[in-house]
Amino acid sequence: MIPFLIYVAIFVVAFFAVKAFAARTAVSDYGSLKTVTFGDESAVKPSRAASFVSILSIFFLWGMFTGSALLPGFLHAPGPFQGTGTFEYTVQSGNERDTGTVTVVVHPIDTPTEAPEVDPGDGWAKNDSIAIGMWRSGLLRVDRNDELGRGEGAEIVEINGASVQPGDTVDVGWGTVTISDKGTPNIQPNKGWQMEPIWLPSPEAVVTRVGEIASEGFRGSTLWEHLGFSLFRVIVGFFFGALVGIPLGYAMGLSNWFRGWFDPIVEFMRPVPPLALIPLVIIWAGIGETGKIILLFLAALWIMAIAARSGVSGVKISKVHAAYSLGASKAQIMRYVIVPNSLPEIFTGARVAMGVCWGTVVAAELVAAEQGAGMMIMVASKFQNTDIVIMGIILIGIIGFGIDMLMRWAERILVPWKGKG
Amino acid sequence: MSGLSIQNLSMRFDLPNGGSVQALQDVSLDLKAGELLSVLGPSGCGKTTLLNIVAGFLAPTGGKMILNGHEITGPDAERGMVFQQGALFEWMSVRENVGFGPSMKGMPKNDKAEIVDHLLDVVGLRDFKEKAVYELSGGMQQRVALARCLANDPDVILMDEPLGALDALTREKMQSLVLKLWKETGKTIILITHSVEEALLLGERLVVMAPRPGRIHKEYRLPFAEMGVGEDLRIVKKHPEFAVRREEILGMIWDMEEEIMGRTEAAS
Repeated sequence: MIPFLIYVAIFVVAFFAVKAFAARTAVSDYGSLKTVTFGDESAVKPSRAASFVSILSIFFLWGMFTGSALLPGFLHAPGPFQGTGTFEYTVQSGNERDTGTVTVVVHPIDTPTEAPEVDPGDGWAKNDSIAIGMWRSGLLRVDRNDELGRGEGAEIVEINGASVQPGDTVDVGWGTVTISDKGTPNIQPNKGWQMEPIWLPSPEAVVTRVGEIASEGFRGSTLWEHLGFSLFRVIVGFFFGALVGIPLGYAMGLSNWFRGWFDPIVEFMRPVPPLALIPLVIIWAGIGETGKIILLFLAALWIMAIAARSGVSGVKISKVHAAYSLGASKAQIMRYVIVPNSLPEIFTGARVAMGVCWGTVVAAELVAAEQGAGMMIMVASKFQNTDIVIMGIILIGIIGFGIDMLMRWAERILVPWKGKG
Repeated sequence: MSGLSIQNLSMRFDLPNGGSVQALQDVSLDLKAGELLSVLGPSGCGKTTLLNIVAGFLAPTGGKMILNGHEITGPDAERGMVFQQGALFEWMSVRENVGFGPSMKGMPKNDKAEIVDHLLDVVGLRDFKEKAVYELSGGMQQRVALARCLANDPDVILMDEPLGALDALTREKMQSLVLKLWKETGKTIILITHSVEEALLLGERLVVMAPRPGRIHKEYRLPFAEMGVGEDLRIVKKHPEFAVRREEILGMIWDMEEEIMGRTEAAS
């Protein structure tokens, strides 16, 4: 809740800050002279400043709530208590009361620490000590070393001077002490607002992990091998899907018989999510490369067939007529009119298919694989290696984005006439 | 025997609801080589159907067409077609569009380049040779379409409202260009239009068609196309006979439209 409120605050503050700043440096281009901008979609351009602040604030929040070294300390959210704290407990046995002191050492989880030696003190209630890891809590039988223990009917009646009964909680400044039903104090040092690395590691931990996995590898393969395997499957599956799908789509666009024959199959298979085919493909082809490539082939096939079909259907009849009256043969019409006219549609289909294939390969690897990006994050999550999981998700996102950018770039270069007909 | 002879052409097709449409009935026309014919009529009179049949895109249900002594059975390079718009190949440059016909015939590169250069000069697009067609204005695109059609050296040029989508000024310039090309190349041209002025200006012969069933209503032989060659078309339009013909034909089409409206109202 608090991170969300901070996020909203950054959003609002940045909006007004950028607006105030932009008002001073405004350019007076055509768009800026429009008076009607609410409802004019063409007047809505992404504010680059907003994108910049948006990305920055995500990393800011991430660093803030993980105590990242990338942020100066005063920007950190309050961290968990670390160091030594003490509290006093008062036990009563019959009419006898005595007070002892408990010393609590709170240490980072990854540096095991022994409970310190403490002077037992005077009286029959002796002083105690305990070591607790950050974010953890500890039960301490304070009466165990006392001269009058639980067996003698002694029970804790006060913590730091406040009277308590089983079930009560007392704030001791650096944490809380709760008396359990059996009368044992449960010590809970303050957790602060920061996330434990096991839930959310800091950004630099993730970056360090990228370096580690890139040089040392994970589960017998380097990072590049994992990502390369995923990409290889996508490319091979997409390639065969396009190789079969495009001619199939052309045939469906050009012949009644093909259209009638394949329409029911294509229309049925198109809405089946490729993920639903994973179990069947595993049964038939196992969890090796063949199975995954078959799955991606099926994911790409229908998309490409439909794209090619609508590419053919989209040819303006006047273009075909014009080509016939200019003396073109059927083969020439195919080569010079239908194919170039359908390329924009096919490229759009290819972009969609690549996106679907990338999603499908990661999902298939989550289920079962020896290498691959999906397998990497799946295995890491089983061992609570949250940093690897986050690293994997970021890399999968970057690659998916990169594939889409690449396809758009190829589209601009190869079919500049898209949408111009 | 040169020229185009259209004999008793009929077109009748069934509708999905069981009815049928008589799009054309007994249309006969004889065109000598080099004649310029404009076809005019209210919408739904079958003028585009007629053109599509002559082009060979539709098979008539009755009658036949003879061009230069042989019967027309399908599309062929001897009959070039200019469409209203959007029939250029936007994946090709202006040069490739104009050279499309010769390329399909496998003409040697040098001969093709010569034809293309010459025609681009004629239509005034020499400087736009390597441009993509979608970078050109609507008028320029139609000039490319004309040049593309001429590059194939067809016997007959069929024009389906080629200037219909252009603005008034561009349209006037293009009308002059069509007349100039007609005179220079001596092609037989059939031009479909829904503009009475255009039909008068660009028709050595003018056919007015009537709807339901589509048939020839009246035929004119006009002097204006001849007058308009190399002449300012605004002067031609000031000719006293031009105004008379225009009013006469407008009245004729107006009556037909009224009749259609009346019939639809009665039916509904």
